[in-house]
Amino acid sequence: MEVAAAKALGAGIAVIALAGVGIGIGNIFSSLVSSVARNPSARDQVFGLGILGFALTEAVALFALLIAFLILFT
Amino acid sequence: MAAEHTIDALGQFELGPVLGPIGASVGFSQSNLMMVIAAVLILGLLTVGMSAKAVVPGRLQAMAEMLYDFVHNMCIEQIGEEGKKFFPFVFTLFSFILLGNLLGLLPFSFTYTSHIAVTFGLAAIVIVLVTVVALAIHGLHFFSYFFPAGAPIALSPLIVTVEIISYLSRPVSLSIRLFANMVAGHVMFEVFASFIVMMAGAGLVGYLGGVGPLALNVVLMGFELLVACLQAYVFAVLTCIYLHDAVHLH
Repeated sequence: MEVAAAKALGAGIAVIALAGVGIGIGNIFSSLVSSVARNPSARDQVFGLGILGFALTEAVALFALLIAFLILFT
Repeated sequence: MAAEHTIDALGQFELGPVLGPIGASVGFSQSNLMMVIAAVLILGLLTVGMSAKAVVPGRLQAMAEMLYDFVHNMCIEQIGEEGKKFFPFVFTLFSFILLGNLLGLLPFSFTYTSHIAVTFGLAAIVIVLVTVVALAIHGLHFFSYFFPAGAPIALSPLIVTVEIISYLSRPVSLSIRLFANMVAGHVMFEVFASFIVMMAGAGLVGYLGGVGPLALNVVLMGFELLVACLQAYVFAVLTCIYLHDAVHLH
């Protein structure tokens, strides 16, 4: 197989991890919405936690993306 | 597609000397220049903004006070009363990263937080500080951090290994998170900007079609502004959480 084609395939496979991250971020925000709906006065505290969880989950996506970039551009 | 149409996505992160031959001889790159600009801007904001000392603050003073208040509250909420001691450190870290991320979004500028050398340097400072603080406060008792009280002793080899690995992976995840966020954002800008140029090569239809990626880039800029602030916040909050662990041991 050509190296360029293999690189493109590898980068595509590397970002499959984003499926899990999508589920994770969806989970975080769905629980954020439902907890704010149950207790609107807790919004300020819960929002910070939600954003923190979002950033930690997003980091996993970026690790995968970084591997994809490394495969594609180096 | 023709081979010469490859997208040079990582070329924007290459370092080069600035300020003519003097800069070249001392290896003064764009990254260093942006760091100096960021430091000057922060110091300028704080000095000029707070020089009025008005009871009803003007715009600059309100900005400086909000920045100060925000980080101060974050320190006290996350670390507790001892957080006041670490406030200068966290404030420096937060404002330096925030300004780096935001300045990088200006055209023709350079994002110094997009280099792993810079972010890992910052994360290494954090982790060394956290360990030194923990050792200074708790002495050798600090090592009980790696084995939570009440856990079954038979599991100790597993738990201690996992805890040590997670402790040591903190600077890695801290630095890669910031660096990867910045790199990913700027690569996306570059890719969509290249789409505009490629579209323009296709004639009149291309000119109309090029509006799509252009609009996407505008939306992306808003998103990147959010990410720039969010990542500075996350870096500072995680620093506070690590400091909390160091001060209170779990």
